[in-house]
Amino acid sequence: MRRGFIERTLSSLLATSQYAATAEQMALAGGVLQRVDPRVKVAGIFGLVFAVAASRELRVIGSVFILAVMLALFSRIRMGRLATWVWTPVLFFTGTIALPAVFLTPGRPIAALGPLLVTLQGLRSAAFLLSRAETAATLSALLVLTTPWPWVLKALRTFRCPMVLVAILGMTYRYIFVILQTAFEMLESRKSRTVGVFAPAERRRLAASAVGVLLSKSLQLSGDVHLAMQSRGFRGEVHVMQDFRAELSDWYWLAGFLGVAAAAIWYGK
Amino acid sequence: MHIPDGYLSPATCAALYAGSAPFWYTALRRLKRAMNTRMVPLLSVFAAFSFIIMMFNLPLPGGTTGHAVGVGIAAIVLGPWASILAISIALVIQAIFFGDGGITAIGANCFNMAIVGSLTAYVIYRAISGRSPIESPRRVVAAALAGYLAINLSALFAAIEFGIQPLLYHDASGAPLYAPYPLHIAIPAMMIGHLTVAGLAEMVVSAGVVAYLQRAEPSLLRNTAPGTVAGELGALPAVSGWSTTRPLWIALAILMVLTPLGILAAGSAWGEWSPDDFTNQASRSQMAAASDSHLPPAQAPAGLQRLASFWTAPMPRYAPPFLKSEIFGYMLSAVSGTGLIILVFLLAGWISNRRPG
Repeated sequence: MRRGFIERTLSSLLATSQYAATAEQMALAGGVLQRVDPRVKVAGIFGLVFAVAASRELRVIGSVFILAVMLALFSRIRMGRLATWVWTPVLFFTGTIALPAVFLTPGRPIAALGPLLVTLQGLRSAAFLLSRAETAATLSALLVLTTPWPWVLKALRTFRCPMVLVAILGMTYRYIFVILQTAFEMLESRKSRTVGVFAPAERRRLAASAVGVLLSKSLQLSGDVHLAMQSRGFRGEVHVMQDFRAELSDWYWLAGFLGVAAAAIWYGK
Repeated sequence: MHIPDGYLSPATCAALYAGSAPFWYTALRRLKRAMNTRMVPLLSVFAAFSFIIMMFNLPLPGGTTGHAVGVGIAAIVLGPWASILAISIALVIQAIFFGDGGITAIGANCFNMAIVGSLTAYVIYRAISGRSPIESPRRVVAAALAGYLAINLSALFAAIEFGIQPLLYHDASGAPLYAPYPLHIAIPAMMIGHLTVAGLAEMVVSAGVVAYLQRAEPSLLRNTAPGTVAGELGALPAVSGWSTTRPLWIALAILMVLTPLGILAAGSAWGEWSPDDFTNQASRSQMAAASDSHLPPAQAPAGLQRLASFWTAPMPRYAPPFLKSEIFGYMLSAVSGTGLIILVFLLAGWISNRRPG
């Protein structure tokens, strides 16, 4: 039976909270990357993502991908999870976009599929797009799956990200789950009271009302949070506790990350 | 529309980060001044709300479903500046934590969806709703068009960013290094999906929520309705005032000064040829080089020949006839063009403010 919008939205909301819960669990597992200072990981992984974006050699991008997979293995991230959360969605999305380029990009024909000509330039172009997207997505996943989100945010302070933005990012992440829970309960209660099938216009009205109620509840929540913050002495200034301590091994990791990124940029010129 | 890593070159990403920065800075300053301690909780909760809205599967006319960005409703309820920040924060969390959109493309995604989307939605909503009463059906129509046009303009910007990649970045064999499709493929491919599905999703959610708020909580619509009492959120900043928009003006001035940089680029812009270029040997070589070694026809196409003389621009090729320096010609053209656009908007604003409700 075809699922309605309530069921689909419920399953999106559920998948998001499951992903976040599992990511938080994995971030606390005792793997190799989990032990590295979050500031080093943020700088190193962002550096590698930039190197992948800048590289003009498929071999270099492929090497960074292999490195990312090895880091994932040593960090106790299961390949099955990476395949489900990262590789398959990226393959599906970017693959759909890259596939026509194999035939549409003008260049030297190297094969024919019926009336369609596969060009060398098209093949290379599709390979660039797919390999970059997969590698960058794997690296981003490595950061999040090995570092609790509050630590990522704290690390951003080291890179001069304004304090107020760090605070907003942290609070937003927390309230995503509060509002997600509210939306989930609203839709589930609606579903449990629904008999039969709604007309299309009625479904749209229902969806708009659900969003409207959620908006109204969110703004009410922001007012409550504001009052709670004020009652605890908030006067508009944000302070974040900074208690990271880099050890010698963290400096080795930083040198390693930046060395690989610099080499990738150099050899990928 | 969330652009992943690898679709845009680092230079394009850097340019879009730089383009977004003055808007973020201005928005932050305006909100801090207007809201003080309320800014942090309001933006946090609204960004979280925007994040959740992007996961809603909305039923659309025709039996399909689609996702909205929520930029229309954010701009209508919060105003453009708070909307820019709330949507940007939601996009940053989506990119870093949930892997939806690339880290290098955060600037591009924020520019397209949060900045272009919020400003378009706000301007369209205000222009169409005018001074109509809060409960007027005109506001529902205004919200529908604001959402629809905002998301489509955002998509157009994304398509242009994709479309310029193969023109600018390819390897020695001619293979595009980033998004592979030129403008004539990227724009229709992107716009068909947004004109028919994503735009409708944004339209449904914007119009539907405004209609719902008119019945249930009209106070939430008062912040962006001139001539009414400020709503529950208090007076949120609108788009005006020299001191707070100063960074935008400075950024605009820098861009105008930098316009002659285009002169450094070798060759002619693809597809912007004049009939004379088809007979000029040097121009023909440049056209062939830019068209994957395909030689242009010996004569300009008849249609181009006929229509080329239909309109003669006052400043052809960005070079006013009385100026000898090409660099000053570019700058003068940038200043005149920007001035004309500002004039048109000032005139539209003046007409809109004079119009009775």
